[in-house]
Amino acid sequence: MQQLLNFFIRNKTFLLYVLLFSIAVFFTIQSHSYHKSKFINSANFLTGGIYESVSNVEHYFDLKEENKKLLEENNRLKSLLYNENQTLNIDTLMLPNFKLIPALVSKNSYTSQNNYLTLNKGTSDGVYEDQGVITSNGVVGIIDNTSNGYSRVISILNTNSQINAKLKKSNHIGTLKWDGKSPFVAQLTDIQGLAKIEIADTITTSGNSNTFPKGILIGTVKNFELSQTEDTYSIDVQLSNDMTNIGHVHIIENLNAEELKSLESNE
Amino acid sequence: MNNIIFINSIRFIVLILIQALVLNNINFLGYINPYIYVLFVLLYPIKNNRMLFIFLSFLLGLTLDMFLDSGGVNAAASVTIAYIRPLFLKFSFGASYEHQTVKFSNTEFGQRFTYISFLVLIHHLILFSLEIFNVSQILLILKKTLFSSIFTILLCLIITILFSRKSK
Repeated sequence: MQQLLNFFIRNKTFLLYVLLFSIAVFFTIQSHSYHKSKFINSANFLTGGIYESVSNVEHYFDLKEENKKLLEENNRLKSLLYNENQTLNIDTLMLPNFKLIPALVSKNSYTSQNNYLTLNKGTSDGVYEDQGVITSNGVVGIIDNTSNGYSRVISILNTNSQINAKLKKSNHIGTLKWDGKSPFVAQLTDIQGLAKIEIADTITTSGNSNTFPKGILIGTVKNFELSQTEDTYSIDVQLSNDMTNIGHVHIIENLNAEELKSLESNE
Repeated sequence: MNNIIFINSIRFIVLILIQALVLNNINFLGYINPYIYVLFVLLYPIKNNRMLFIFLSFLLGLTLDMFLDSGGVNAAASVTIAYIRPLFLKFSFGASYEHQTVKFSNTEFGQRFTYISFLVLIHHLILFSLEIFNVSQILLILKKTLFSSIFTILLCLIITILFSRKSK
């Protein structure tokens, strides 16, 4: 016993180092698996608050560009409205399925392998895990951690992220992933080898998960190749969103999520 | 004594804020960022309580990880260089370290350069290995380590020269 104690006292610095290093590695490993990095994330009071106050200033610098984006989107929505067939009545009994919550990006990263964004809305605004995040140009990512006033988003540019996607013209379904290289290109895998693909085909969300509604733009086909066994394609997708420059986003709340989840768990 | 605690606390906070809010948005050539928060570990007083020093370095890395959403990579890297620092102090400054008379502002440029370079290289190697966490991407790890280290070493040298109180 005495010897053991002596050993600890003699090597206390080394043991402290080993302990702290293992804690750090433990956090690192957790951050490499989806939905596990609970403790160390930027959606907390301190870091979220600091990022928010800095981004409050930063947003003044790209007001002009944001205004342009808003104008373009308004333009698109208005032209949809004016050209709509008036016969299409909205059924008053039909409840809306999705609700949008506007948010501002406080922090965005795109250079590491696992990128995250921090938003200035949290549980007090109705933001919860697994809700989708989009801009007017397309998909950004999925909420993975929330605090009272802030939330963290797993960006498309994260090697852990997986998003359901489809070819717009033929409805073939695949999974959107990222290989960690270019922030402008993501990879679509598992598309059926029978599908006819051409360069510049549109890729949208599939609507198979509860996270995103059907038909939200993701990007266009940049190039594609058939796998060795010729049964699936792997496609490089040119993202429609410029992930390096994101200001305003919308968080999508699926109002039927609870119901759908309980249905699925009954199976 | 109080003065030293004060300076180091200020340095701790300022370096974290600069790192998280400014330097991590540089992205030179797409992926090169300097990590000058290691200056806290490099310039920490030599006469110190080693346990406290290692723990503070861990805290420094972990706070930064919280800002950057990077798990625990910065904590692991900075706690390691804090632990092995005495070895490199002896290696770079030799006899004057043995006599506990090293003051960073009075050391020769060459000695300071080797000291900073070695620790920064080790720090970055651990940082990027853990961040990428994939042996098949070893080339990417080495590339990131090399280029970011050059950037960090340059900035660290410039900052130490600018902020050292000259006694010429």
